[in-house]
Amino acid sequence: LSELAELAERVAAWSHDGECVEVYLSRGTDTEVRVYEGEVESLSSATSVGGGIRVVSGGRQGFAYAGALDDEVMAETLEEARSNAQFSTAEPWVGLPEPDGTEPVPLDLWRDELVAWPAQRKVDAALDLERAVRAGDPRIRQVESARWADSSNEMAVASSIGVLASGRSTACYLSAVAVAADGTESKVAHGYTVGRCPSDLVPSMAADDAVNRAVRMLGATKPRSAYLPVVLEPRVSAQVLSLLGSVLSGERVLKRVSLFSDRLGEAVAAPAVTLVDDPTMPAAWGAAAFDDEGLACRRNVMIDAGVLRCFLYDSTSARRAGRYSTASAVRAGYRSAPGVGVRAVHLQPGEVSPEELLAQVGDGILVQSVTGMHSGVNPVSGDFSVGAEGLLVRGGELASPVRELTIASSIQRMLQGVSAVANDIEWLPSRASGVTLAISEMSMSGA
Amino acid sequence: MTSTRTAAPLIDEGVTARVLRQALATGGEFAEVFAEDRRGCMLAFDDGRIEDISSGHERGAGIRVVVGNTTGFAHTADLSERGLLAAAEAASGAARGAEGGARQVALSRSAPPSPSPAEVLPAGVAKAKKVELLCRADAAARAAGGDLRQLNANYRDSRRQVLVANSDGVFSTDDQVRIRLGISAVANGDTGMQTGSEIVGATMGFELFDRHDVEGLARSAAHRALSKLRARPAPSGTMPVVIKAGTGGVLFHEACGHGLEADHIAKAVSVFTGRVGEQVASPLVTLVDDGTMSHEWGALAIDDEGHPTGRNVLIENGVLTDYMWDWLRARKEGRGSSGNGRRQSYQHLPMVRMTNTFLMNGEEDPEEIIRQTPHGVYVAQLGGGQVNTTTGDFVFGMREAYLIENGGITEPIRDANLIGNGPQVLRDIDVIGNDFAMGFPGTCGKQGQGVPVGMGQPTLRVRGLTIGGTAR
Repeated sequence: LSELAELAERVAAWSHDGECVEVYLSRGTDTEVRVYEGEVESLSSATSVGGGIRVVSGGRQGFAYAGALDDEVMAETLEEARSNAQFSTAEPWVGLPEPDGTEPVPLDLWRDELVAWPAQRKVDAALDLERAVRAGDPRIRQVESARWADSSNEMAVASSIGVLASGRSTACYLSAVAVAADGTESKVAHGYTVGRCPSDLVPSMAADDAVNRAVRMLGATKPRSAYLPVVLEPRVSAQVLSLLGSVLSGERVLKRVSLFSDRLGEAVAAPAVTLVDDPTMPAAWGAAAFDDEGLACRRNVMIDAGVLRCFLYDSTSARRAGRYSTASAVRAGYRSAPGVGVRAVHLQPGEVSPEELLAQVGDGILVQSVTGMHSGVNPVSGDFSVGAEGLLVRGGELASPVRELTIASSIQRMLQGVSAVANDIEWLPSRASGVTLAISEMSMSGA
Repeated sequence: MTSTRTAAPLIDEGVTARVLRQALATGGEFAEVFAEDRRGCMLAFDDGRIEDISSGHERGAGIRVVVGNTTGFAHTADLSERGLLAAAEAASGAARGAEGGARQVALSRSAPPSPSPAEVLPAGVAKAKKVELLCRADAAARAAGGDLRQLNANYRDSRRQVLVANSDGVFSTDDQVRIRLGISAVANGDTGMQTGSEIVGATMGFELFDRHDVEGLARSAAHRALSKLRARPAPSGTMPVVIKAGTGGVLFHEACGHGLEADHIAKAVSVFTGRVGEQVASPLVTLVDDGTMSHEWGALAIDDEGHPTGRNVLIENGVLTDYMWDWLRARKEGRGSSGNGRRQSYQHLPMVRMTNTFLMNGEEDPEEIIRQTPHGVYVAQLGGGQVNTTTGDFVFGMREAYLIENGGITEPIRDANLIGNGPQVLRDIDVIGNDFAMGFPGTCGKQGQGVPVGMGQPTLRVRGLTIGGTAR
């Protein structure tokens, strides 16, 4: 049992008669190095700890958190959660999860290699990447920043009704922002490589990505408005999948604000779409043996060959819906009570390569980045409108770069319009993985 | 009980001086201690019930040491002298100065008057009273009638006490109390569901609710959702856009605000690099960033580097007058900070950030602006936005908008993003109204750090912006 799990268990045992107490604790050490023009711009390293406590008593839930773990702070936090519980509305479905008997998939997400990695090698990795980006193309004017970041995190959750779970993982990330210039025109692009430890990283991929994506946008123009096929690169499709993950939350269905209420068993997407959230895949950035309520994570198939199969639930929403938790409880750190969310959502990859997919599409646009996912997408009405830049596709080949445009449709139409999914699944530093994806038609707004 | 300015600082002055000395022991040129104590409370009301109620307390300090062009940083939740000295050692180790040397630091204590003193500290308000506020909002919105699927009211308060001390002798404190109420409604109709929202927030205490009509806000959120049920798809393409007063500050925040932050300028990754003194906008445009605006969402007595905030004119009559500066960027240019060094928490390094950014009043009657627009879009409420500072391309969302046909507002349109290019849009502003208003409280995200910002502007028209809709 980890030290953190022991502490969580000990504090959970402070529960009074007639109440249930859940203690979630986390500890993380983060290091970040930024370099600029051959020098270290900043180096920070620190450990943060914190805990969040949930008290349920008489169908009422209260939550409180603190950024320290000593007994005195834990006792105050428990008392505060107790006080908060008195003011929430009592409901029969409010409660903590009981262990559900599902065995956790053993995952080894911790690498001592990373923990032992000296700071100087992190600095060197960032400096090497900066040099590689500069040398990548004569049109690279500068590297806005090259960055190393790593973290090693532990979590534990224990409750007074028998939940006890813990996990730990390491991750590292090397990235660069390249600026390509031609005359007075500048274009910027991001390249990165991620892994659980330094030997997982492929810095040359990060450099090539940053260089090629910046350089190929030089000379971009604003296109005329049109309706056309759209190809999303993996990084972009991952953003769309994250959004879908939240749209398929069972909590939305309960609150009658889901686009897909009453549609279980129906074809909500094209047959090419099989959408899965599977935190038990060790390659996923969000892989975890347990969810944030301490239930064993499992593979959930939300859409199977276009047919809607399930929504995601944490324990409270599941009980309210008369279902079982899908072990989809997530928290935004110790400061938040659990809610429903995805950890490792992805599309089942298809058979074609990205090049073959472009050939199938023929004429359209390849989108390399989007902006305004938070401002132009409405998960309730389904309206989808984002800023974009990318390359026109002509005769199945990449053609001229375009910028200052939007692509728009609705979430419902986009799902029905998926015409192909490529075979290039990419595990990204996010709760979603990406894959090259073609949508038969969207509205492109430009000049 | 205006504030607790007289209370003991988070860290004793003597301890602070010893910690700074330790931070400089390996040859640092500059050292800083930023200590913070933050308390917050959140209540969420949904479907007629108090669903979430949470509160929390965090405190800690971040220590920064600068040697040459390198910054070392470490933070700790342990505000004891021992904890602080350990963090100071880690930060100075990270900055790795060439040679050691003891330096005494003489601190000069200051607490500039807060532009936003709180009268009623939210921690002193009974939770039952906060619950009652949300119940009132819920009842008012439901009385609006129609098929309201969901009514969600979200209350948040926070108190952030900060102390900043550095080797230049700064020893400043501030006490920032913020409070915010957001209401969102979902209505259901034949063409699906629509959303409407209202937010009110200020840097003040619970007296905010003596000044705002919670029921009125709730009704307005519900009406917005209900009236959008008959919205048509937004147009696709470039056309004139009129933006209502107090809603479109995000346009300037994205079109040029971020591009005027000195960190982007220093690395020449802003389209505004090297353009001070040039005409960068229509002569109608005077743009200001002002951290001293009393009670506004981005108001602060001192920034998170201990410097007093100020009123900084960025663009005057279309001419770029200055950028926004933090300590680090200002030092390199041999000038003073403009009080724009901010950070999300003690766990973060500061960088250049906006405070309250707004466009000054023009002269036109706002109704006349619409009458003089034969065809276009009228935006009555904006959502968030995002910018690529290198190209200047930016987007922002519209949450409530209408078509303008023959000089009049007609049909509501569905949500979409708008896209434009900052320098081009600034030149394309062709008329500005005389009805200045500040907008809703915003959270600005930059490099993963969120800080509260205010925005404002009078009614204005942009000759051409691209509407990202789907209408054929």
